[in-house]
Amino acid sequence: MGTAFSDMPLFVPNRYRGKLIVVEGIDGSGKSTQLSLLSHWLRSQGYAVAFSEWNSSPLVRQTTRRGKKKEMFTPTTFSLLHATDFADRMESYILPLVKSGAIVCADRYACTAFARDVARGVSRRWVRNLYRFALHPSLNFYFRTPLDVALGRILGGRDALKYYEAGMDLGLARDVEESFRIFQGRILDEYEAMIEEVGFHVIDATLSIEEQQGIMREIVVRELGDSLRNGILHQPAGRDLNGKTTTSPVL
Amino acid sequence: MVKRQPLQFYSEPLPDVNTADLQGKLIVIEGPDAVGRSTQIGLLRQWLEQEGHAVIDSGMARSALAGKGIQMAKEGNTLGPITMTLFYTTDFADRLENEIVPALRAGFVVLIDRYIFSIMARAIARGEDRRWIEQVAGFALVPHAVYYLRADVEHLVSRVVMGRGAFDYWESGMDLRFGPDMYESFVRYQKRLIKALDTMVQPYDFTVIDATQPVERIFRELQRRMERLRLGKAPGRPALRKAKI
Repeated sequence: MGTAFSDMPLFVPNRYRGKLIVVEGIDGSGKSTQLSLLSHWLRSQGYAVAFSEWNSSPLVRQTTRRGKKKEMFTPTTFSLLHATDFADRMESYILPLVKSGAIVCADRYACTAFARDVARGVSRRWVRNLYRFALHPSLNFYFRTPLDVALGRILGGRDALKYYEAGMDLGLARDVEESFRIFQGRILDEYEAMIEEVGFHVIDATLSIEEQQGIMREIVVRELGDSLRNGILHQPAGRDLNGKTTTSPVL
Repeated sequence: MVKRQPLQFYSEPLPDVNTADLQGKLIVIEGPDAVGRSTQIGLLRQWLEQEGHAVIDSGMARSALAGKGIQMAKEGNTLGPITMTLFYTTDFADRLENEIVPALRAGFVVLIDRYIFSIMARAIARGEDRRWIEQVAGFALVPHAVYYLRADVEHLVSRVVMGRGAFDYWESGMDLRFGPDMYESFVRYQKRLIKALDTMVQPYDFTVIDATQPVERIFRELQRRMERLRLGKAPGRPALRKAKI
């Protein structure tokens, strides 16, 4: 793994029983769908699976909402508040669960900040240091999507783009869609540039949903197979932790 | 962090700030809990305004963005050490960009009750990596002066007990249970804070002030030291009514 911006390791090594599976990519890359399918599958195999979403700490929520509503953020405070949110989830949720032996599935992780905050003008080196307390992902999937494909998915189906999501704070363009296009393009460039550095497993997100899921599961079995057989919290007999009937583990 | 001339950034320049535009003076008062910082800030403010300087003061958890959020988070019991450090850093960044830098542009004397050093000391006292927090806080401006009101723990204890009559949960570091009760935890935690601040005296060019002295003597010492900073020529003092010759 490259260490382009510091002589310090990027993240904290995972010395615990549990695993951390991360998906990354620009909006509209389909990563959330894929992570959801993967977590259902792991759960059906009887594993203890937990989920953590970007920007979801109850402790920080009010402040984030306030900042967004009143458009109070600068690139620096935007970056710091999202890191605060991340730290809260890390300290009070992700870390204890991974220690206990669960598989934590994270929809966006530190690399989201590396891409997004840098696209906002924050220094690459500074934002990498900021997240140095993050647990090293066991698997870090990146859903590579051409900009037009992702934009088509987003702009086609959803409600109006939000101010910060479209990078409107940067004054890139007066038109929201145009601003979104430029901003997402910058984020995409950052993701592409960090593939080696952060050790992404790159998934071609133009493939069919089923094909992508097949590739993800193969990688999970190949990379985590041994440790999944021992160590991870697991209910081998017929029922998972939610009491649903499961097939026997095949890993 | 490398020591540089005042009103440079320590290691990470903020976007959109030209330090050449910052005409004001940035003065920091640091020190542990209950050492008497806010009393001195009040006195200094009064004095500086009488001298004709425009003054604003700023302190921790007072930002428009994160102040309320921090208060709410402290009322719960799930605020982890890294989360706390970053929440306070967010609060600091918001005040730096939206209060402190604009005031410096306008030529104010900015008095800060605790700067990044308290955030750093709290993180270090809780076992966080010093290099990590130093780099995180690297977007701070190097102040013209940092006055470190220093007192030992016994002095702080007597001030807390005589003054407020009770120990504060966070000032006692009870989130990490440094001791079995508030008193012992306060003593151990504040010792760690003081130790962490002491290690910053040299690299960050603190001026150490003995805070066990009476309030007036501390104030006079601060006045003497600040006069040497040449805060800008005070306006003349015309007599209100000219005597007729």
